[in-house]
Amino acid sequence: MEIIISILAGILIATGVYNLLQKQLLRIVIGTGLLSHGAHLFILTMGKLKRGQPPVLEDNITNYTDPLPQALILTSIVISFGVTSLILVLAYRTANENKTDNMEQLRGNENE
Amino acid sequence: MIFAVLIPLLFACFVPIISKIKHKVHTGFFVFVIPFMIFLYFIRFVGTGFSPIRDTYNWIPSLGINFDFYLDGLSLLFVLLISGIGTLVVLYSVYYLDTSERLGQFYVYLLMFMTAMLGVVLSDNVFVLYVFWELTSISSFLLIGYWHFNERSRYGALKSMLITIFGGLSMFAGFILLTVITGTTSIQGMIEQKDIILDSTYLPLALGFILLGAFTKSAQFPFHIWLPDAMEAPTPVSAYLHSATMVKAGLFLVARFSPVFSGYEWFFIVVSSFGIVTLCWGSYMAVRQTDLKAILAFSTISQLGMIMAMLGFGTKVAVFAAVFHILNHATFKGSLFMVAGIIDHETGTRDIRKLGGLISFMPITATLALLGTFSMAGVPLPFLNGFYSKELFFESTLNLNEGMNGVTNFLVQIVPYLAVFGSIFTFVYSVYFFFGVFTGKKNLDKLPKKPHEAPVGMLLSPIVLVLGVITIGLFPNLVNGSFLAHAAQSVNHAFEYKNIQFWHGFTTPLLMSLIVVGIGVILYLTRTKWDAVYRLLPGNWSFNKVYNVILQTIDTYSNKVTNAYMNGSVRTYMAIILGTTFIVTLVFLLVTDGVTINYDNLADITILEISVVLIITIAALGTIFSNNKLAAILILGVVGYGVAILFVIYRAPDLALTQLVIETVTVALFLLCFYHLPQLRKRTESIRTKSINASVAIGFGALMSLIAISAHSSNWFDTISDYFLETALSIGGGTNVVNVILVDMRGLDTLFEITVLGIAALAIYSLIKLKKNEEAD
Repeated sequence: MEIIISILAGILIATGVYNLLQKQLLRIVIGTGLLSHGAHLFILTMGKLKRGQPPVLEDNITNYTDPLPQALILTSIVISFGVTSLILVLAYRTANENKTDNMEQLRGNENE
Repeated sequence: MIFAVLIPLLFACFVPIISKIKHKVHTGFFVFVIPFMIFLYFIRFVGTGFSPIRDTYNWIPSLGINFDFYLDGLSLLFVLLISGIGTLVVLYSVYYLDTSERLGQFYVYLLMFMTAMLGVVLSDNVFVLYVFWELTSISSFLLIGYWHFNERSRYGALKSMLITIFGGLSMFAGFILLTVITGTTSIQGMIEQKDIILDSTYLPLALGFILLGAFTKSAQFPFHIWLPDAMEAPTPVSAYLHSATMVKAGLFLVARFSPVFSGYEWFFIVVSSFGIVTLCWGSYMAVRQTDLKAILAFSTISQLGMIMAMLGFGTKVAVFAAVFHILNHATFKGSLFMVAGIIDHETGTRDIRKLGGLISFMPITATLALLGTFSMAGVPLPFLNGFYSKELFFESTLNLNEGMNGVTNFLVQIVPYLAVFGSIFTFVYSVYFFFGVFTGKKNLDKLPKKPHEAPVGMLLSPIVLVLGVITIGLFPNLVNGSFLAHAAQSVNHAFEYKNIQFWHGFTTPLLMSLIVVGIGVILYLTRTKWDAVYRLLPGNWSFNKVYNVILQTIDTYSNKVTNAYMNGSVRTYMAIILGTTFIVTLVFLLVTDGVTINYDNLADITILEISVVLIITIAALGTIFSNNKLAAILILGVVGYGVAILFVIYRAPDLALTQLVIETVTVALFLLCFYHLPQLRKRTESIRTKSINASVAIGFGALMSLIAISAHSSNWFDTISDYFLETALSIGGGTNVVNVILVDMRGLDTLFEITVLGIAALAIYSLIKLKKNEEAD
């Protein structure tokens, strides 16, 4: 199962990257969302899956799942929420100000 | 000893403060003390009973990089030149530079150079030597560009830095090779292990790299082109860096390493031939010049070539002549540069075609120039030091050992003729320098200023140097046993003390000297007829052009390359960054054999999980193909909830809860913004762009999968998770281990996380609320 989850993480990252490379702002925001989901699963596979009980201590149980990836992912979920919502609003504001959501039209390539 | 090396740099910190009162007291008077003290400190080591001294100060001992100072005869010679000439140059600069100049900067650079140069000649550690070496290049750059408002100064500064730092880097590569071969970073240690170096297959490479460093620094043909342009520097700098000390660093390097390499025949071939070609080319080019400093620059190139050639010969006579000439050259060339500076200062021009007949205005300067130029020309008079070293040079060209190699034998045959050829031109330009400036027609109306004798202070330094010329000329053995013999001994260990005599009887070297003088006089008297010949070669073709073309080509191409990828499109940057990461990581994975797949110890596969995985996959792909923004947002929600279900299956209750909450809020937020964002359009890129994007995305995703699988399959370290499970209750006092980790054990981390969220919230608020103030623009 770990291998399948690894591949799923890969798929999420691949679709995320593909969306990231698109012209439209909304697609880019969606891309970052997918990317963070992929990253969470990626971290999850670093521990062992489905071994033992949830890491909530109880008497008579010695076998728990790995708590460390979970702690890291929990931090990551919250942070990526912050990031996603920020760039979402940024995208909204950019599109509103510039009357376009096309990255090609937003690029500034004057050298000076 | 470290104090002696670093004191100029330390003192440089105070120079900006002192230079505040430059209008009352010239800053040079304060600076003057420093090199003079260093000179006094080191002069006490001179004597027949001198033996090398070593001083070590730790810097980075784990890498074998330490301030390892080693004072032997060769270093002593250079140290005394650096501090001695330095003293005189600072004194001279007091009268040369007006107080309206930026004196603070000038002396800071000069002191920085002093430390750097002392470091170069005293370091026994190759890497410390390299650091000081590059510091000399940098300070030389700053000093050449001192009058930075001149276009020519900036050009010369850049050119000298590019060439010498290119050489410096190559020398660094050579040092690394030698360190790898011998396992030591000490030069003396390398000399002890020279047999290992001579047997190594890297020997030609190491020698080539190091010589490249030495040749660029010492302006050997064809790298000499930076030196004439370096003459844009103030004259005290030219006298100090570009004739007496810095350009001799290359000679020092060759001399330092010649105990290692002298057993290798190609050392002789390369160093001698480069030296002798530089000697001829430099003196030939000097004859064509009209600017006094340009004449001296090419003359310096040619003299450096001559010393380089002698170091290449490596015989006892040649090595002794080389160290002797290093000293002599510093005395007469230093004084000549100062004379050129005086002429420039007092007449306003350095163009020899405008000058003439100055002897009646500047008798003292003329006398100094006469002694200096005649010493440089090697005129056989018993009170000029230049003659002795030149005759020793001729003698050394005659006594070369034939080797096994055909090239060596050919060189041995032609070297004496080339030596005479180059020296003839040396004679011609030396004589031209003196007679062109001080005798002949006076054309005062062409001069910008009315010439008069220089102030005493300005004459003082060249007088001291010329006194050195004469003292060494009259009593050559005064410096011989106590000083030069030690220096020669550190280059060629087999060296024995030998008396220098003026009269050897009628020998071949004397004959060569007489030929030089004879033909030189004829060439000088008929010089107008030769002008056409001098112009013939190199004609339109010169190494300067090669340098300019190389520089321009690099400029154009780097512009093209930069413009090709810096096109302002963020998507292209993203693709390049990700693509590069993909390639580099993949190559690294494959090279280090990091890819492993281990099928043992895996969790079993259930229908439930498979179906969730399938749903997520389809949903993820759906975001790409959906052209409806509402659909795309909802599909993204599907992915999020799917991941939450996976968290439930994998026994992560906290994650699942958080994910559910966050996902709901995110979708809500998306829907809020939904109204304002334009509808998704069809993806209208070309097939090419699409396939590039797709391959970058797929490649990157596949790479991440590969890393995840490999990481899971290999077990390098024991997990640290057990620590948290064991101590959660005792340290954190909680049973939910994940919570304990977040709140207790990584509490600070979580605090910052909250801070990040707070900042994001503020940013979002202001992005929405902040309206552009139309009237403020």
